Amino acid sequence: MAFLTLRGIHKRFGETVAVQDFDLAAERGEFVSFLGPSGCGKTTTLRMIAGFERPTAGTIAIDGADITHRSPNQRNVGMVFQSYALFPNMTVAGNIGFGLKIRKRPRADIDRRVGELLELMHLEGRGGRFPWQLSGGQQQRVALARALAIEPQVLLLDEPLSALDAKIRVALRHEIRAIQRQLGITTVYVTHDQEEALELSDRIVVMSEGRVEQIGTPFDIYNFPSTPFVASFVGTLNAVEAKIVDPAAGRITLSGHAIRTTASLEGSAGDTVMLALRPEMITLQGIDGQPPDNANRVPATVTDIAFLGSVVRVSTTVGEGTAIHVDTFNNPNLAVPPAGSPVILSFPPEACLVLARDAVPQETDALAAAEAML
Amino acid sequence: MTQGGGTNRLGQGIEAMQGGAAGPGVRSRPNAGRLVWWLVFIVGATYFFLPLIGTFAFSLRAQPPLAAYTGILDDAKFFANLTYSFVIGIITIIVSVSILVPTAFWVRLRYPRLRPIVEFITLLPFVVPPIVLVFGLINTYSRPPLPFTHTDLGSSALLVFGYVILSFPYMYRAVDTGLRSMDIRSLTEASQSLGAGWGRIIIQVILPNLRVALLSGAFLTLAIVVGEFTMATFLARPVFAVYLRDVGDVKPYQQAAVALISFGLTWIAMGLISILGRGSRSRVAVVGAR
Repeated sequence: MAFLTLRGIHKRFGETVAVQDFDLAAERGEFVSFLGPSGCGKTTTLRMIAGFERPTAGTIAIDGADITHRSPNQRNVGMVFQSYALFPNMTVAGNIGFGLKIRKRPRADIDRRVGELLELMHLEGRGGRFPWQLSGGQQQRVALARALAIEPQVLLLDEPLSALDAKIRVALRHEIRAIQRQLGITTVYVTHDQEEALELSDRIVVMSEGRVEQIGTPFDIYNFPSTPFVASFVGTLNAVEAKIVDPAAGRITLSGHAIRTTASLEGSAGDTVMLALRPEMITLQGIDGQPPDNANRVPATVTDIAFLGSVVRVSTTVGEGTAIHVDTFNNPNLAVPPAGSPVILSFPPEACLVLARDAVPQETDALAAAEAML
Repeated sequence: MTQGGGTNRLGQGIEAMQGGAAGPGVRSRPNAGRLVWWLVFIVGATYFFLPLIGTFAFSLRAQPPLAAYTGILDDAKFFANLTYSFVIGIITIIVSVSILVPTAFWVRLRYPRLRPIVEFITLLPFVVPPIVLVFGLINTYSRPPLPFTHTDLGSSALLVFGYVILSFPYMYRAVDTGLRSMDIRSLTEASQSLGAGWGRIIIQVILPNLRVALLSGAFLTLAIVVGEFTMATFLARPVFAVYLRDVGDVKPYQQAAVALISFGLTWIAMGLISILGRGSRSRVAVVGAR
C-alpha cells in the first residue's frame, strides 16, 4: 500500500480550477517531484498536502490515515519554503528546535537533536547565530533542518532552491538528495526546473493547467513522453512537420525523405503530423560515430555551430528550410563541419516521436523555451 | 595666453560636470540651496524651542528661582497623578495590543479585502472628538445593567476603554507597518507545519518580530494618554493633565515647570524607542534570499 496517497483531488478558487483529477500514490521513502510551468497547480497540490489549502474534492492519506480535513499543525508534515521562512527572532538552534519545543520534548533531547541536525547540515558552530547572519544557502539548510527535526512523515519542499545562485543551487540539491536517501523520508518536491526534477526524483509528476500530464521515472519522462506537453516541456526538442505515408507500418516523410518509426500511427496517409526528435538522439554520420544499419538517414546542410561547453550544438536545415538541431558531445578530436557543409543526419526509428500536428510549438520556439529553462 | 584661457574653460567645464562650481551662476545655486535649508531649519527650531524657552524663563520667575521645580518634588499629588496616568497608559497599551495585533494579523493573513474597512474604523477617533466619545460612554455606562461610573474602578475602566479607542490610529498603523515588513504568510505556515497553534504563532513568532513597531505604537499611546485631558475630566479621573490644569489655577510658575517636565518625560520615552529599536533592525528584517 502506498504511503502518501492523493485520490481524485480537485481544487477550485472561485471560478478558477487550480487542480483537477489529481491522483498519486507515493511509496515510503520515495522522492517525487511536481514539475510544471507557473500556474500549473503544483504548489497548490503541495499546499493541500501540507494542509494550507483544503481540496474541493478528493482525499489525502498518509500511511493509511485520512488527513484531508486535519489542520496543518496536526499533520506531522515538514515543509521547506522558497523564502526560507526562518523565524528572525530566533537563533539557528532556536529555529531547529522550535517544533520539538511545541512537542514538549525534554531540553536535553532537543539539544541533542539540534546538534545532530547541525552536523548533518554542516552547520556545526552556527547554532547561536541569527538567520540574518547566514548566507542564503545556509539559511535554506537551517530551514531543511527545522523541517526534519520533527521527524515528519512526509517532507514537502516548495521550490527551495530558486532563490539561490546557480552554484549553491546545484551543491544544495545534491545534499538534499543525499540527506533524503540517508533518512529515507518520503519527499515531495515542487520545481519548475526540469534539470532539478530529473536529477533528484525517483518519479516526476509533470503538470499543466491543473492536470497531471504524466507520472513516471525521470528516464521515462524524458525518453518516452506520453503527451505533447511533456515532450515539449522536458528537455530540448526538435519538432518538425512530417507527412504520414503508411500509418500501419509507422512510415512518414520529412521534406520528402522516408522515415521509419517504431509504432503504428493514428491518422491516414497524407496527414500532416509533428515529428519530435531529441537533438542528442541524432548523429552526424561519419563525424560523431557510425549509426546502426536500421537508422533513418536524412541529408542536411549545416547552418550554424554553437559551442555549449560539454555539448556542441550543430544547427542544420533539411530540404526547404526545416531546421533540425543536433547535439554532440564535445571532444578535442571532433571535426565539426563548417557552416554550409552537407551532412547526413542519422537517428534510429525509436528516437522518432510522432505527435498530432500543432501539438507542440515549432522547433525554434521549443528550443528557445527549453534553453531559457536551462 | 589663449592656450591658458582654453585650459581654464576646459577645467571649468569639468568642474561643472562634476557638480562643482563652474561660474558665478552655477556657484550661487548650491549656496542658495544651503541658505534656504538653514533658514528653514532656524525657523523650525525657533518655532519649536521658543515656547519652551519662554516657559522655562517663566518658571524661573518663582522665588527663589528653582522654587517651581522643588515645589513639584514636594507635592505628593504630582507623583500620584503621574503614576495614575502611567498605569492607565500601560493598561491601555496592553488592551490595545491584545485587540489590534490579532486583528491586524488576521486581516493581513486571511481577509486582506477587509483592510480598508478596518483602517477606516481605526481612524474614527480622528473624526469623533473625545468629548463626543466620553459623553457616549457616560451615557451608556452610568446606569444598569453596566453602571461603570458608579465606582472609581469602573470609571477608570471606562477611561481605559476610551483611551484604547483613541490609540487605535497610532497602534494599528504601527502594527500594520510592522506586519508589512514580515512575510507573515510563510512564517505562519512554517509555524503551523511545525505544530504551532494560533496562540503560539502570535506570541512566539509574530509579536517578537513586531517589537520595534509595538514600541512605537506603545510610546505614542503613552504620550497621548499622559497628555489627554477631556475624557479624564468628564470621568473625574486624577490624571496628570488634570493636575497640570489644577496647578495652573493657583501656581502658574509651577505649572510651567510641570509642563517642561512632561516634555522631558516624552523625550525620554522617544529616546527609549530609538535605544530599544537600535541594533534590532536586522532581527526584525524578514529573512529571505541574500
